[in-house]
Amino acid sequence: MNTRALPLYATIVIFLIAYAICWLQFPAMLSTRVIGNLLTDNAYLGIVAVGMTLVILSGGIDLSVGSVIAFSGVFIAVMLRDSSLHPLVVFAMLLALTTAFGAAMGFLIHRLAMPAFIVTLAGMFLARGAAYMLSIDSVPITHPFYETMQDTYWLMPGKGRLRLIGVLMLLTVLAGMVIAHKTRFGASVYALGGGEAAARLMGVRQGRTTVLVYAFSGCMAGLSGIVFSIYTGSGYSLATVGTELTAIAAVVIGGTLLTGGAGYMFGTLIGVLTMGLIQTYIVFDGTLSSWWTKIVIGILLLVFILLQKGLLKLSQSRLAGGVS
Amino acid sequence: MLLKRIAPQLIALAALILLVTLVYPGFLDISINDGRLVGPVIDVLKRGAPVALLAVGMTLVIATRGIDLSVGTTMAICGAVAAWAIAAGWGLVPALVLALAAGAAAGLWNGLLVAVVGIQPFVATLILMTMGRGIAQLITEGRILTFNHPGFAFFGSGTVLGLPVPAWLWLLTGAGVALLMRRSALGMLIEATGINRRASALAGVNATVLLIAVYVASGLCAALAGIVVTADIRGADANNSGLWLELDAILAVVIGGNSLLGGRFSILAALLGALIIQTIDTGILLAGFPSEYNLVIKAALVLVILVLQSPRIAAEWRIWRESQRASREALAERSRT
Repeated sequence: MNTRALPLYATIVIFLIAYAICWLQFPAMLSTRVIGNLLTDNAYLGIVAVGMTLVILSGGIDLSVGSVIAFSGVFIAVMLRDSSLHPLVVFAMLLALTTAFGAAMGFLIHRLAMPAFIVTLAGMFLARGAAYMLSIDSVPITHPFYETMQDTYWLMPGKGRLRLIGVLMLLTVLAGMVIAHKTRFGASVYALGGGEAAARLMGVRQGRTTVLVYAFSGCMAGLSGIVFSIYTGSGYSLATVGTELTAIAAVVIGGTLLTGGAGYMFGTLIGVLTMGLIQTYIVFDGTLSSWWTKIVIGILLLVFILLQKGLLKLSQSRLAGGVS
Repeated sequence: MLLKRIAPQLIALAALILLVTLVYPGFLDISINDGRLVGPVIDVLKRGAPVALLAVGMTLVIATRGIDLSVGTTMAICGAVAAWAIAAGWGLVPALVLALAAGAAAGLWNGLLVAVVGIQPFVATLILMTMGRGIAQLITEGRILTFNHPGFAFFGSGTVLGLPVPAWLWLLTGAGVALLMRRSALGMLIEATGINRRASALAGVNATVLLIAVYVASGLCAALAGIVVTADIRGADANNSGLWLELDAILAVVIGGNSLLGGRFSILAALLGALIIQTIDTGILLAGFPSEYNLVIKAALVLVILVLQSPRIAAEWRIWRESQRASREALAERSRT
């Protein structure tokens, strides 16, 4: 049995148990409507978490993504308001911009040997500031193309709606799985996260990999910004504050080690769905006030991490016992 | 030796002060009004208090290779506890003690999760960061809890010997902790834990207790910062008190030249880092830029300071100087022969 995959299995098992508990309490939890909404509501988080997973696998961290999502929304809204460009053109411009932004951060991190935490923290201020400079107010997006995108869905059996952005999120996770686990670049990322010296000896081009990892994360944050703007139908510079921390939490819940080098992209999807499940449970419960929501999310996060740790320890000791 | 360690921070601060003085000539003016010193510099010392206080605790945590994301919410909790106690008529001393106890409890929680349960510090403190604002709102019942107590307000707006009380608080806390760390073996033990926890434990350092103590210290510093902020506005704002200040505190520690990988720390340098951040904030305000530009300017300045301090730039500068010296000596050698 592959011991490296244990955290992933633990995550999946706990997610299924948690879902079963929710289902016992609210049988409607298993309906395709709830599942469809789970995908739609967490689409932007899932996409940004894919980029974050790769960054964390490489041993880094990207604190700028929440601000980049907000910037993307404002950028799209302002461009569509002030110019007659087609949304697809604006999307392309935005993705080029956020990818270049990510690449620039990766360049600084590598060339100046500065901690990723601090460089991306400055990037977080910069992107949020740029969003403020574009507009402080919420800018509505009214474009026929946006309405088409918002109304596109596939009706699942049981009247659940699988919307465009939900499908986009699943496709992104799939692409992330291919990149992380099937390509040479993915192998370089794992090697870099496993240890710089070893990676160098393996012939990994450190600088190139670092720049590409942050460029990828920037691109994903831009894509997530597009999805978020479709989801909310507007751009607002104060939106998605703290999303980077939610994304990091989702990645960690998904079984990826924050120190880098170990983890699976699929785990991140489970992590995102777990965060979504917690939110959905709180909505279903309906009696929790806004401050209790925060406390319950924290407690559930703790319980999840503790269970994961316990399960891991248990299976590892059993494994060790089997060998001896 | 000490001066050499903090030279980059001093230079950065001096350059910043020069820059701010260029756009706002009155920046260095200090006058005495009613027995208290007044002026932008004094304002920096006062307004920088929360970040400076947080930076003291954060430096210790980072020295153990940890990080404390929960200090901002701990501020909110402690502020709410203090305001609640004051509003309920408990009096000044019990309110302060309760607030400090709340900070210590928050630190103890973090420390137990990190040192005993073995959760990564980033995740362990993220849990309290998520929960904390909810707890603070629970205490204030979602409102901004205001109070009127001159004795408590003294901690925010009072003056002792001309200097504002918040400035005294961070100066004394910083000096006290720095002396405690350097006059005893504590600092060295913390650094040892940060370099290699297992090895230090094998060498007889009680790493578990040390780690917990460090997080408790961070919680206590956050409590002090929370008291200052709450006393200053005479009310506890569970939503905004200390919001994102953990990031400023970490930034202060890093601008102070402390590595996020732990193992070596300087509280003095971290305090200088906090002063640099506050000078940037106050300078942008005084220069009168439209507020939308503040974050961008701050980000740019922070980047410039970090780039100038980056170890690689320093290494390349040293190599360049060595090569200059080598070529000079070679030239002198040739002219002699």
